[in-house]
Amino acid sequence: MKRIAGILLITIAFAGVLWADNALLINGAGATFPYPIYSKWFAEYHKANGAIEINYLSVGSGAGIKQVTDGTVDFGATDGPMNDDQLKAYRDKHGAPILHFPTVLGAAVPTYNIPGVTTSLNFTPDALAGIFLGRISKWNDPAIANANKGVNLPANDIIVIHRSEGSGTTYIWTDYLSKVSTDWKDKVGKGTAVNWPVGLGGKGNEGVTGLIKQTPNAIGYVELIYAVQNKIPYGAVRNAAGEFVRADLAGVSAAAAAASKTMPEDFRVSITNAPGKGVYPISSFTWLLIPGKFSDATKRDAIKGFVTWMLADGQNYAETLSYAKLPKEVVDRELKAISKIQ
Amino acid sequence: MREGDEIARLITFLFAASVVLVTLLLVFELWQGSILPRHKFGFNFFRTSVWDPIFDQFGALPFIYGTLVTAGVALVIAVPLGIGAAIFLAELAPARVSDTLEFFIDLLAAVPSVIYGLLGVFIVVPLMREYIQPALKNTLGFLPLFQGPVYGVGLLTAGIVLAIMVIPYIISVSREVLLSVPRDQREAALSLGSTRWESTWQVVVPFARGGIMGSIFLALARALGETMAVTMVIGNAPVISASLFSPGDSIASVIANQFTEATGDLYLQSLIELGLVLFLITFILNGLARLLIVATSQKGSAMGNA
Repeated sequence: MKRIAGILLITIAFAGVLWADNALLINGAGATFPYPIYSKWFAEYHKANGAIEINYLSVGSGAGIKQVTDGTVDFGATDGPMNDDQLKAYRDKHGAPILHFPTVLGAAVPTYNIPGVTTSLNFTPDALAGIFLGRISKWNDPAIANANKGVNLPANDIIVIHRSEGSGTTYIWTDYLSKVSTDWKDKVGKGTAVNWPVGLGGKGNEGVTGLIKQTPNAIGYVELIYAVQNKIPYGAVRNAAGEFVRADLAGVSAAAAAASKTMPEDFRVSITNAPGKGVYPISSFTWLLIPGKFSDATKRDAIKGFVTWMLADGQNYAETLSYAKLPKEVVDRELKAISKIQ
Repeated sequence: MREGDEIARLITFLFAASVVLVTLLLVFELWQGSILPRHKFGFNFFRTSVWDPIFDQFGALPFIYGTLVTAGVALVIAVPLGIGAAIFLAELAPARVSDTLEFFIDLLAAVPSVIYGLLGVFIVVPLMREYIQPALKNTLGFLPLFQGPVYGVGLLTAGIVLAIMVIPYIISVSREVLLSVPRDQREAALSLGSTRWESTWQVVVPFARGGIMGSIFLALARALGETMAVTMVIGNAPVISASLFSPGDSIASVIANQFTEATGDLYLQSLIELGLVLFLITFILNGLARLLIVATSQKGSAMGNA
């Protein structure tokens, strides 16, 4: 018995040494929303570059920011850009900046369950803000009805459903409402979790969808990907150009392209309510958070290699997984920014 | 052999001491981890009801309220049902029926809470919205408890799901306690001319009081700390309303919901302070439970039978 145990132990030790020697292990943590495509990317990249293995934990954007700031992971990922205080905290701790790299785009869509209404509804920004502030409380309110002529909206009370947990989808949704409504901005604000004026919380996209399906006269928001993959009907939203746009990948990419002209150097940009035709207004980038300075040169080169690959080959995986690709303008700017990783 | 005894004593002592150590470490960590909100809000943390991560205002009151109300509703339903079932199984049912049912009860106690959550979402919530809540509103609607809009989810629904979850604990422990009441007690009562029910209700149950109380507090502890199943049916809105139909939120549920995405130290530490509050509530209620058991068991019944 002892002999077998000994042999086993030695084998395990050897395997450990071999494994550790063979692949450079890079650890990342953060946003849950892009997790499906990130895990696809890291697997594909490992196939193409056997020497590099990237390990990603989808612990949430907040935890991703915290862990990369604490230095417990090599890179982070977030659905909402870090704010100035967080950037300062990172710089104070590490003596170098943290860099944002947009990877793909996502969107949030309004979904609802009104008995007797089967057509796709149109929502104006005022209507959405009013509903989620609790000011518009009936479905036949003129603010909704005027944008939906010919639809027989009932005089029932609206039941608002939001996410119960902190989430990137909530960030996009509240970021949009903050832009189109000063009342929302002053009273509620934007974030992964907010103090909702009205409504019930459901856990995850599936929790929100479940509550909406079960509750007559409910309205809520879910990720575009989730709505597409689960064939959940959703409404159109009026963009800044005055068109009612039903979200699709083209509309989301258009929002990114429209915003890329005014995009700041550090890529921390909100593209909700972006100007231009064909734009779906409740869209957002999701970002990788990469330290500006690495002490380990092999790790730095590996991460630079991955970002370069992600901006070229990696983008081709986006649409099959229902994420919107980065527009060319943004890819070009990011390729230039890679040299900032030192 | 003496050394052997010494070593065994030392090792088992260390194991026992580790329980105390873990508890102290837990309190210490929670206390250390919540410095910012304790200094900023002080006692107001317990008194205010705004939970706003954007404007950095954190008050625990709605979560404390939701936790206590849901656990309270659960006990109001589960205690009579559970004890009734335990009396039947221990005193009245044939041994074979009792053992078979006990098997199912143990099975129920082992079901993961997310399964109860799903049961809640797909069965209890629609039932509540379509039948139970409208019925309550029509009959008992004059009470503030049963007023307001009907959502299906809410405090009452969470309490009912919790009740379903804790009933197996009460039945299982109470049954064991009742079975362990000495035969002579029953025989003495019967020989004095009491009926089967009189002997059960007036002799056996009081004798087992301490253990039954223990089962209730075990159930209470589970109800207070339950996270997943509550989150799925409580509505997750930090409001305080007299109506049981209203959505609410509990401490365990809000921590689970918001911890991963919490950005900013004050926000994160406020969630940790909520953990401390839950610990405190459990501690106080457990203390009260002990007092209650001591107080009620002085009237000549056996305590510590559990």
